[in-house]
Order: sequence, then structure tokens, then C-alpha cells
Amino acid sequence: MQRALAEVVLVGAAGGALGCWVVFYGLSYAAESLAHSIFPGLVLAAIAGVPLLLGAGPAIVLAALAIALCARIAGVSREAAVAVVVTTMFGLGVLLALSPQSPPGVESLLFGDIFGVTDADLATAAALAALVAVALRLLHGRLLIAGFDRGTARSLGVSPAFADAALLVLLAAGIVVAVQGLGNLLVVAVFVGPAAAARRLSERMLSMMLLSAGLAVLAGIAGLYLSYYAGTAGGASVALAIVAVYLLSLPLGRLRGSLRQPAARAEATIA
Amino acid sequence: MQPEALIEAAGLSAGYDGTPAISAVEFTLSAGQTLALLGPNGGGKTTLMRAVLGDLRPMAGTLRVGAACGTVPQTERSRLDYPVSALDVATMGTLSRLPWWRRPGHPEREAAARALARVGLEALAEETFGRLSGGQRQRVLIARALVQDAGVLLLDEPFSGLDRPSSEGLEALIAELAAEGRGVVIATHDLEQARGCDLVLCINKRQVACGRPDDVLGDVGVLEATYGGAIVEIPGGGGRAILPPHHHHH
Repeated sequence: MQRALAEVVLVGAAGGALGCWVVFYGLSYAAESLAHSIFPGLVLAAIAGVPLLLGAGPAIVLAALAIALCARIAGVSREAAVAVVVTTMFGLGVLLALSPQSPPGVESLLFGDIFGVTDADLATAAALAALVAVALRLLHGRLLIAGFDRGTARSLGVSPAFADAALLVLLAAGIVVAVQGLGNLLVVAVFVGPAAAARRLSERMLSMMLLSAGLAVLAGIAGLYLSYYAGTAGGASVALAIVAVYLLSLPLGRLRGSLRQPAARAEATIA
Repeated sequence: MQPEALIEAAGLSAGYDGTPAISAVEFTLSAGQTLALLGPNGGGKTTLMRAVLGDLRPMAGTLRVGAACGTVPQTERSRLDYPVSALDVATMGTLSRLPWWRRPGHPEREAAARALARVGLEALAEETFGRLSGGQRQRVLIARALVQDAGVLLLDEPFSGLDRPSSEGLEALIAELAAEGRGVVIATHDLEQARGCDLVLCINKRQVACGRPDDVLGDVGVLEATYGGAIVEIPGGGGRAILPPHHHHH
């Protein structure tokens, strides 16, 4: 239980903060797709009996390259390229998972095994959290400019393509680490749910990132306790707790908006 | 004494993938001057702006730009749900001066605050950008360009969607910024606005005319060549107007 708690705190903090950029860069679909596309890598790693990270890493690089290549074919949109690559990769993963060589317990790759994290998994998660924190701090100004208005980013000395690429690399690293606890199908929740909730409750990027990380950690802990005491599946409980946080943010956001209205009107008189 | 030339274009062609979108562009913008850039949508206004910014290389002719350029885009193209304050947006103008590992700190935010004060928005520095009015958002983006120390300001249809008081306030600000020795290029559809500038440049794939507003706008032939037939005479001596263009951006 202690290891599981440490894992959700680390993954929640990194995923929640990174998720704010995922939401503003419109990368939610990309996040989900990248997560699904590493399935064959996870299954191969399980068959070979090596750490899952060794399968997930190459798979995500392969998927990203394939998407970039497919999107270059004339008449194929980026979205279509993502869909084709992801279904191919996921299908391949299912074929491998159903083969006789496949070890038992492959479903934990799909739905996560948060109570099975090892000390090595924790160390990787800690390294990821540190990497994301440092990278987001260094890139903050650039990400802010490119996300605000891509058209003029270049005239402010920022390449939008660089910002996209940096964000996708961080996202890929985050997915590869978080997938062990939350599973292939549910990992996207931590990158999208808390950020979407925080967006309704905050009007500054930094406070939104802190809030999102906090919400992700809280939801993670709540999900673990639910799983522990109610006997529900760990990854799914965490994902459901994240959804609950988002649903709670809807009325809170509305309340916040109605409280703020009179102040905004007073300021509007300053033309 | 001759004022310093900030932009000099001679026989300029520019475009994309080997096809020129504008050609035969020829003008000089000096320090302290405002230039109205008139033309239909798709006529090459944005292409000329991008060439001046250095995003596009000239395909023929020469283009000399003697000062840093700051762009002031249409604010509806930036995200109004973005979690940033007016001060955050103005501070974006400092980033290109900093080494890549440094974040804007206190001196940078001070500079941004001064620029916001310059455009009359010090009271709203901490307001969320998306909550400001259209005219206020334009001013924030002008402040961002001032933070960049831009000697040339490129404004893309700054008056579209503004009510009359905001529009007049913005015109006065632009005139002040030009009087301080900057060059200002304003892409616009508004003939009244264009009349208030020092120079008018009409383009429709190629340069149609360039000169003083009275000379250029007094010639119906020039306006017809620029906008096709989409010009109406306003009854009762109201002058000429361009039929509202269909809004689609590239």
C-alpha cells in the first residue's frame, strides 16, 4: 500500500502538471493514442520477462515515427494517421497477448497493477517526476507563448514545432512510466482529467498546474483507499476518482464564475 | 534632415512553394510614419507582413528592414480561455532577449508593466487577458510589441470589432507611438482609418498603388483594381466604402 501511495503521488504530480499543457495544446487524443500504441511493447516485455519500461520505450518511439510518416502521405490527415497507427499497434498487442507464449496476468497491462509496483518502478517514477518538473520550469515561457498564439510565436523567438515536440517527448515519457500503475486503457485519465478540472477553477497557468497536480494526487489517494477497502480494481478506482474530481469541478467552476461577475463588471468601466 | 528609412521594398515578390503571392511591391516607410495596407482577403497583406518579419524570403527584388519588428495579431486568433493575465502576455515580449534557461524575472515583469502603463492599461495588468474588451486586448498586444523594443509595429486589422470610442482611442495611441519615431504598418479594410495614415499601399496579388491617402484613395480606378467591384458609394456624400469582406483567414 505504501508503494502504491508513493506511486500515485509521483505520477499524479507529474501527470497533473503536464496535463495542463496537454489540454491547451489539444493533445488529449494524442495522449490516449500514444498510451494504446505501446500495448505490443508491454506484452513483448511481459513475454520476455524484462521490465515493462524496456518494451514500452521502443514501442512509443516506433508509434510516434509511424504517425509522423503516415501524416506525410498526401491526403492522409494527422488524425487519420494516428487512428491507423494506433489500431495497428493495439491489434498487434492483442494478437501477442492471446498467443500461447503469453504469460498469465496480461490483463494487468491493460488495467494496471498499482499494488504491484516495485522499488525500481518507484525510482523510475521519481526520476520522471523530477524530469517533468525541471523541463516544465525551463520551457514554461516558450510553451506559454506557443500555446497562446502559434501564428506570432516565431516573431517572439519561439518555434511552435519545437514546443510541440518537447511536449510530446515529455508526454511519452510520462505515459511509459504511469502505464505500469494505471494500465494501458486508463493511463490517459491522469493527463487529462485533473487538468480539465483545474482549468475550470483557475485563471493563471502556474496556479492551474499546481491545482491540477494536487487534484491528481488527491484523486489517486482516494482511488487507492476505495480500491483497498471496497476491493475494487486499483487502476480503475483511481481513474474513476479522477472523473469524480472533474465532475465536482463543474458546479464549482460555475459558482466561481458567478462570484466573479460583479468584480469584472466594475473593472469594465475602465475603458 | 531626411528621417531614417525603416522599411525599404523595391520590386519585391514573395510567396509560398515557389509561387509568388505578391509581386512588384515598392515602398519606403520612414521613422514616424504610419502606412495603411489595403487589399482584399487573400490579396497578399499577410504575405507582405510575413516578408517584413523575415518569415518569408523575397523571391525577387529587395526588402530592407532596419528595425526590430513587433506583430500585433487579431486578438480573436489568440485563445481567450488561456490562463494568463495582461501582464503575462506583455511579459512574453521579453523572452527572446533572455538565454534559453532563464525565465522572465522581476526586471522583465517591470519592463512589461511599464509598457502596459504606456498603453494606458496599468490598472488592468493583473486582469485575465480573455476578460478584457477587444480594444484593451489590442493594447496589451501592442504593449507586448513595445516590450520587444520594436521599431516597426505590424498591426493586423486592429480596428475590426471595436466600437467607435475604442477605435478612436487606439488611433490616438498609434499616432503617439509613431510620433515617438516608430514605423507603423496597419492592415485594414477601413477606408476612413486608411485616410488618417501618412501612406496608403494597395495590394491585390501585386501592388496597385502606393502614396499619400488623398492621391491613392481619390482614384476610383485604384480602389476597383484593389477590391474588384466590391465598392459602394454611400448615399448623401458619405464617401466610398468597401463591402464587408467574407471573413476567412489563412
